[in-house]
Amino acid sequence: MTGPRLGLWCDGVPRRALVLCGILLAVLLAAPLALNSYLLSVLILVLYFAYTGQAWNVMMGFAGQLSLGHSLYIGLGAYTAAALFMHFGINPWVGSLAAMVVAAAFGAAVGYLAFRFGIGGVYFALLTIAFAEFTRIGFDHFPWVGGAGGLFLKVVGKGRFDLLHLRGSAVMFYYLLLALTVAAFLLCHRLMRSKIGYYWLAIREDQDAAQALGIHTFRYKMYAVLLSSAMTALGGVFYAFYYNNLFPEQIFSMERSVEIVLGPIIGGLGTLFGPLLGAFVLTVLAEGLRDLLSALGLALPGATQVFYGVCLLAVIVFLPDGIWPGLRRLLGLDRAAGPGPKREG
Amino acid sequence: MTWSLVLNVAVGGILTGLVYGLMALGLSVIFGVVKVVNFAHGEMMSIAMYLAVLAFATLHLDPLLMIVPVAAVFFAFGYLLQIGLINPFINRPEHSQFMLLIAVALIIVNGLLMIFGPDARDAMVGYAYDSLQFGPLLVDKVRLYGAAAALLGSAALFAFFRFAPTGKAIRACADNYLGAQVVGLNVKQLYALTFGLGTACVGAAGCIMVLLVDVTPTVGTAYTLLAFVIVIVGGLGSMAGALIGGVLIGLSEALAGLVMDPSAKSMVSFALLVVVLLFRPQGLAGRRA
Amino acid sequence: MSEKNSASSGQAPRRGLTRRAFNAGAAVSAALVSSGAAMRLARAQDAALKVGVLLPRSGMQGAVGQACQRGVDLAPELLRQLGYSVKLDLVSVDFESNVDQARAQAEKLIAGGANLLIGAFDSGATSAIAQVAEQKGVPLVINIAAAPQITQQGYKYVFRNFPTAPTLVRDGLSLMKDFFVATGHTPKTAVYMHVNDTFGQAMNGAIGKMLPGLNMPFKVVENISYDPAARDLSVEVAKAKASGAELVMLTSRLNDAILLVREMVKQRYSPMGIISPGSPGMYEDQFYATLGKYSDYCTTNVPWYNPHEPMAAHVLSAFHKRWPKDRPAGYIFNIGFTFEAILIAADAYARAKSTNGKALADALRTTHIDKHMMVGGPIVFDAQGQNENVHSVVLENLQQQPRVVLPVAAAEAKPVFPMVPWNQRS
Repeated sequence: MTGPRLGLWCDGVPRRALVLCGILLAVLLAAPLALNSYLLSVLILVLYFAYTGQAWNVMMGFAGQLSLGHSLYIGLGAYTAAALFMHFGINPWVGSLAAMVVAAAFGAAVGYLAFRFGIGGVYFALLTIAFAEFTRIGFDHFPWVGGAGGLFLKVVGKGRFDLLHLRGSAVMFYYLLLALTVAAFLLCHRLMRSKIGYYWLAIREDQDAAQALGIHTFRYKMYAVLLSSAMTALGGVFYAFYYNNLFPEQIFSMERSVEIVLGPIIGGLGTLFGPLLGAFVLTVLAEGLRDLLSALGLALPGATQVFYGVCLLAVIVFLPDGIWPGLRRLLGLDRAAGPGPKREG
Repeated sequence: MTWSLVLNVAVGGILTGLVYGLMALGLSVIFGVVKVVNFAHGEMMSIAMYLAVLAFATLHLDPLLMIVPVAAVFFAFGYLLQIGLINPFINRPEHSQFMLLIAVALIIVNGLLMIFGPDARDAMVGYAYDSLQFGPLLVDKVRLYGAAAALLGSAALFAFFRFAPTGKAIRACADNYLGAQVVGLNVKQLYALTFGLGTACVGAAGCIMVLLVDVTPTVGTAYTLLAFVIVIVGGLGSMAGALIGGVLIGLSEALAGLVMDPSAKSMVSFALLVVVLLFRPQGLAGRRA
Repeated sequence: MSEKNSASSGQAPRRGLTRRAFNAGAAVSAALVSSGAAMRLARAQDAALKVGVLLPRSGMQGAVGQACQRGVDLAPELLRQLGYSVKLDLVSVDFESNVDQARAQAEKLIAGGANLLIGAFDSGATSAIAQVAEQKGVPLVINIAAAPQITQQGYKYVFRNFPTAPTLVRDGLSLMKDFFVATGHTPKTAVYMHVNDTFGQAMNGAIGKMLPGLNMPFKVVENISYDPAARDLSVEVAKAKASGAELVMLTSRLNDAILLVREMVKQRYSPMGIISPGSPGMYEDQFYATLGKYSDYCTTNVPWYNPHEPMAAHVLSAFHKRWPKDRPAGYIFNIGFTFEAILIAADAYARAKSTNGKALADALRTTHIDKHMMVGGPIVFDAQGQNENVHSVVLENLQQQPRVVLPVAAAEAKPVFPMVPWNQRS
């Protein structure tokens, strides 16, 4: 991100935005020094949702394909890497390649079937849910990965720091995830300004028109699905090695998919900062509400979630484009730079 | 596996499927006309289930008697929800509508949890344990009565759309939004009516459902998903399709439980959904090409 | 979603405790706790041990989690009566029957200064919490959870005062044989129905391994697994009925146990008996409340409280005082094991005299509690942190409450088998 390459990444990005990005990154880099372990785990959750949200955003925000079954790729990624590690001792870094391949293969299946048969919109969304649910129940009955009983990775005590085998403290996982999130961010930034990004935009805005212009819509939609599923799978690998236990009921559940979707939509669909901001707002809101309510003695089960729902409702009703566009204006970053101002990160 | 086992299970599956059908009918009507996907459908049904349980616990009213009052209340609820919350979203993208209703679902589930707590509740009517014997066939009473009530409810809705002027107007509105506006129909009003009818359906289905299953605050999500599978299989927007889809899903899940691990039987519905989406995306009874 | 309970015995035993008060406290302890640690226990400690209790108090397992919570609610008073002078700060957290929440809440409790964790009824959640505890070096005392792998991972900070699935199954099956002998009736065929979750799979695995070697009088003709979230078990029951099995062997949770029995009545499937080799469900309060007369004769071979132990009497009287309207029978299993877990924590803290995780774990490893509430030998933990001294009894529902019918020494009533068919109950 530094040195001579800077020009490549920063074309047309307002100076002010660069400075703010730098500050944000510096804050994130320094955060573990100032946070206790609980706050660090909340921040890890934020980054996790930011990363997976970014991955989902490639498919929906960029290419306009609404997937409500992204837990499928999280689960496949997590299970592939974890099972390879547990059964054959395969290094998680190698395992994560396998995880990406497996998830992308499933993504390809979903995408191929849907796009070949002209399934779009709500129907596509339901197809993705169906695949995720089908796989969830399948994994419930897949003894090699523990079935419904769950898959457990051996944990190590505190103080170990083994990046090679992804065994270590929360701080290690934090920096790992931060690196992953930054990489995804930069990748998406590049993609948005590349040919493929513009094709996606054209497909998202009007598929028929895009087709008429000679864009091979099937191929570009497939690219989006493949990239998004492979990226999401990496999030799954992280999940597996950070949490060490996997249950099909949890990881493939529809709530998981919804959680992934919420961040980018609340933050701002199709924007670079949307997933990041959305993940931050939602996670902090959820955790904050939980703490606030229990501090006020209103710790009735469900109360947190109801408030959460009301806040969500308010954002959707009053900020239809998400939080980021408004915030961007506030920060004075709204100067249109280069083409496609609407999608400016 | 004897044929009497298959017969018993199949009949049970069909009867349950009819209740599913009524529930899915509500979703289908709403989508067919308003073009909004009600992602809080099952959650709305769980409210009706709690109302029925409450009426039974306090006044000893049979849930089947609660169908009409609950449907009326739900009609008003749906009507107001459409006017107040959903109408501004009609022309918003799908994901926006989806989020809106997810938020509604979240509030419903956890509101119920706050009010009723996590425990499963039931309405054990006097005939809850009874069953009728027809030769080798054993039909449990609640399922039979429930299915009959679901058929009646569906028939009433069919009749409304076929014969009532308002019903016809709604159909016109669904077929041709612009045309309906041109001939001077109050589309906003009709949408609200439709949404009310859809929620009334799911309210009625909830009253019946409470005879078949226990209600917990979280029971709704699974039914939302199930309703979707049913209407897609049957054909989104097709009323007959919803009933056919309901019966088909009820039947296939029941029979799947016989031939495979019952814990894996839901795979069949999802597989069915995928197959239908691929080869007949308009659904079995749908007419959209 | 957390509530606080401060547990300290006597009048805040501080350093300035008078000799007389000390002696009085010691006398009470010695009377009630003859574990030899009594004198040491009575020694006052300044800092409170912060104990995080994780239970599924809402969601699918909410009812059972709330029953366990009653054990937490009673603990401060009971510990005081038993003469424990250590201060426990009990913080209860609900993980909503969700494994992810369980893990997150465990992390949060530890970050909030919890010195020891207790939980968590559900095997899946407990496995996840155990990993967190092990990683952070904070001891976990398991109240209820049977999946064997939890104590087979070489964990140093995990202790379980509850049988593993193989132990449950071994006890459960051999007690079944005793049950048949005692009643003079033996079924020749059985169908095994089990819930498909961590616990159900552990039990199923254990049964699959042990059944051939145990020489059971019946043959298992069908094995039916069902979804833990199933709302309708009619197909499962139809399948069981069609197998013609004389005995239904069951590994269940609460809601599904109710659904199954209800469906069996509707389908007029009256086997000789419904016996669980050690699962929850059929002895929970809600089971009796919902099924009424149909709850009778359902039998569970499960660890239970020992009616002859003074501590059990203490717990029962505390229960009556606190919830005069409720029947303890439907809660006592969950209360018993949850309270024992707290007792174990208090005992270890008294000996460790430190809130340090390692010191506590070392103390836990040398636990030896003779007088406790549940049936079985003294509470001791082996190298894996497992207490192998917990054993099962045959618990049959009679007059809509659980009664110990075997072994004879602990029996409160005579076993009845085969059960009275559904349609002949009044």
